[in-house]
Amino acid sequence: MAIVLLWLAINLAKDPGDFFTVALIGIRNGAIYALIALGYTLVYGILQLINFAHGDVFALCGLFSSTLILSVFHLDETTAAIGIVGGVALILVIVMAFGAIVNATIEFLAYRRLRSAPRLSALITAVGMSFIVQNISLALYGERAIDVPDLLPRTTAFSVGGVNAQWDKMGVILITIPVLLGLSWLVRSTRQGKAMRATAQDPDAAAMMGVNVNRTISFTFLLAGALAGAGGLLFLLEFNMRYDTGFELGLIAFTAAVLGGIGNLTGAVVGGVLIGLIQAFNEGLSWGAPGSDWTRSIVFGILIAILVFRPEGLLGERTPEGA
Amino acid sequence: MADPPGNNGQDAPGRFSEFVRSGRRSTLGVLWARLPRRVRAALPAFTLIALAALYPLYISSLPTGIPVIRNFPALDTGVFIIIYVIMAVGLNVVVGYAGLLDLGYVAFFAIGAYTAGWLASGQFQQVHFHFGAVGISEDLRGIHISIWLVLICAGIVTALGGILIGLPTLRLRGDYLAIVTLGFGEIIPQFFRNADSLKGFDLTNGTFGINPIDSPGFGNQLGKLGLPADYQSSFSADKLFYWTALGLLLFTIFCCVRLRDSRLGRAWIAIREDETAAAAMGVPLMRTKTWAYAIGAFFGGVAGAYYASYTSNANPSSFLFQISVFLLCMVVLGGMGSIWGVVVAGSILAWLNFEGLANIGRYLNDNTPLDFEVPKYQAGIYGALIVLMMLFRPQGLIPERRRKLELEEGVHDEDTLYGERHE
Repeated sequence: MAIVLLWLAINLAKDPGDFFTVALIGIRNGAIYALIALGYTLVYGILQLINFAHGDVFALCGLFSSTLILSVFHLDETTAAIGIVGGVALILVIVMAFGAIVNATIEFLAYRRLRSAPRLSALITAVGMSFIVQNISLALYGERAIDVPDLLPRTTAFSVGGVNAQWDKMGVILITIPVLLGLSWLVRSTRQGKAMRATAQDPDAAAMMGVNVNRTISFTFLLAGALAGAGGLLFLLEFNMRYDTGFELGLIAFTAAVLGGIGNLTGAVVGGVLIGLIQAFNEGLSWGAPGSDWTRSIVFGILIAILVFRPEGLLGERTPEGA
Repeated sequence: MADPPGNNGQDAPGRFSEFVRSGRRSTLGVLWARLPRRVRAALPAFTLIALAALYPLYISSLPTGIPVIRNFPALDTGVFIIIYVIMAVGLNVVVGYAGLLDLGYVAFFAIGAYTAGWLASGQFQQVHFHFGAVGISEDLRGIHISIWLVLICAGIVTALGGILIGLPTLRLRGDYLAIVTLGFGEIIPQFFRNADSLKGFDLTNGTFGINPIDSPGFGNQLGKLGLPADYQSSFSADKLFYWTALGLLLFTIFCCVRLRDSRLGRAWIAIREDETAAAAMGVPLMRTKTWAYAIGAFFGGVAGAYYASYTSNANPSSFLFQISVFLLCMVVLGGMGSIWGVVVAGSILAWLNFEGLANIGRYLNDNTPLDFEVPKYQAGIYGALIVLMMLFRPQGLIPERRRKLELEEGVHDEDTLYGERHE
């Protein structure tokens, strides 16, 4: 840990401008990871199931929003600013609804029947669902990587001390924040959110108190799917997307969720941003970074280290079971 | 329908003898009923083994151009099928017996293949070491050890790898274990891909992989006794590789059957059924789980080394996450814990993977208005198979009796999706 901090400090001293640019990229990626990680954490919190299909739902949502952008709304760089803002907002809503429905359908078709089955069965089913969703994306969108025009301009929004903050990166962060605030309000302050927290704590007791457990679980999947939808759109605006993008992104996001403490919403966001920063520093810093060849190994190394040494995550609580 | 008196066996042979007793006696039926129970139980397995062992001899007389599947698998496909079945049987020890979900089994496959690459190729030009290698010139540099020894070494190295991975992770609960093994399954091939310049030292030859890898054989001395001196240059190379693979598979099956009935095997099953109760009865959890891991890994390593020797290549691009899922699919489809189920389901799935899906796809495209690239969607097809099996027949095609009871009567403690929480 000290070595990593030292390495970061040396890089900061060598080229501060570069350092902060890379950090901004990290936060941008981290915002997207956080959105996906929240989906894992929500579902795990309530069902204690790693929903492997979540990453693929994210990819399907991203690809679906490419259809909306390219074929339905015909947005490109030349569209007026107001059109882009309105269009992206509308697409965001549609794709979130789409993701919500897809995710809840998966729960309804597969996981709901396995409530009393061994947990191993549910986990294996989730792996199977992941491949099914991935192949739906493949059937609909082919093997080509799909790209959309740069709707968010890559020009500089403002610059502080030689560090340029581009519109697109700020845009991603600006879209993520209200979504996260909305989620936080839903979970903390509504009746349905209370039901979710109760079910996560103890489904039997919640049912006895009059909570409709099945509906609450469906609602959780809806929420998770909506977040995946938002993540998919944002990812597409910044990167290329393929039918199998969701697999790797899903694993990174899951790592983020575990890093923050699975089941803990704030933890997922913190973990997402941390993983985003780690990845960006590894790939972007010029001095002594292992480079992008090793990103996956580093991310999984972190995952394994966290699970082994602190399975409750950075912000999680230690349970008697030892997580 | 009430059972007729005297028929206390509820298994298939019992029902068959009831049919025989009901009056329609055929000579064959009488003979069958007279056979001792042990013979009757073992006969399907022996038939299967005999059919598989004689396959190279009668393959040329099998019909071709059959509808839907077109033809029976070629011999080289047979070798790949057997290698995959060996791995599936190995994975069955981890997933089926001990109930530990391993999503990174491909890592063991990769370690085995690369061990063969290191010990039986010209990868390390710095050294010149020969030990029982066949079919290559004595002056070739690099490490060249007899493949038979390499198979054992690969198994042991991989088992050690399994222990190293297992020791820190096996304390974790099931689903965390799955994700950690998945992580190792991703890291290890990536390590092999990138480890071509570790401080200037070329360990794995990067994306090109290690090749050529030596082939098995018995050398010129034993060759005089009629044993094949060197598989690769032999006229019947495919047959030799096939029979050797089959031998390895039979060895694997034998080990797994014996292990299942051993003290260790009973401990695995006890852990699978109820970890807390097993611990209370004095089963050492960590040691037992680590053994399951090491033994499962051992067979993965042997299969990997044999695969590398057969294809003469250890390449990082052949070790994908899909293989882990594919192997898991074999175990799930066959019935977790059921060796013969895994063998049968594994053979079918592996055949589908290497030839079947392509053949069926071509048949569909030629004879129906559909235009559908079946092999492209194989991952999705396996996914659907897994989900359907889990939903409708969780005990698998040929269920192990005990496992079936567990599923029907719910031996599992709180370890269900919607169970009690320990807060």
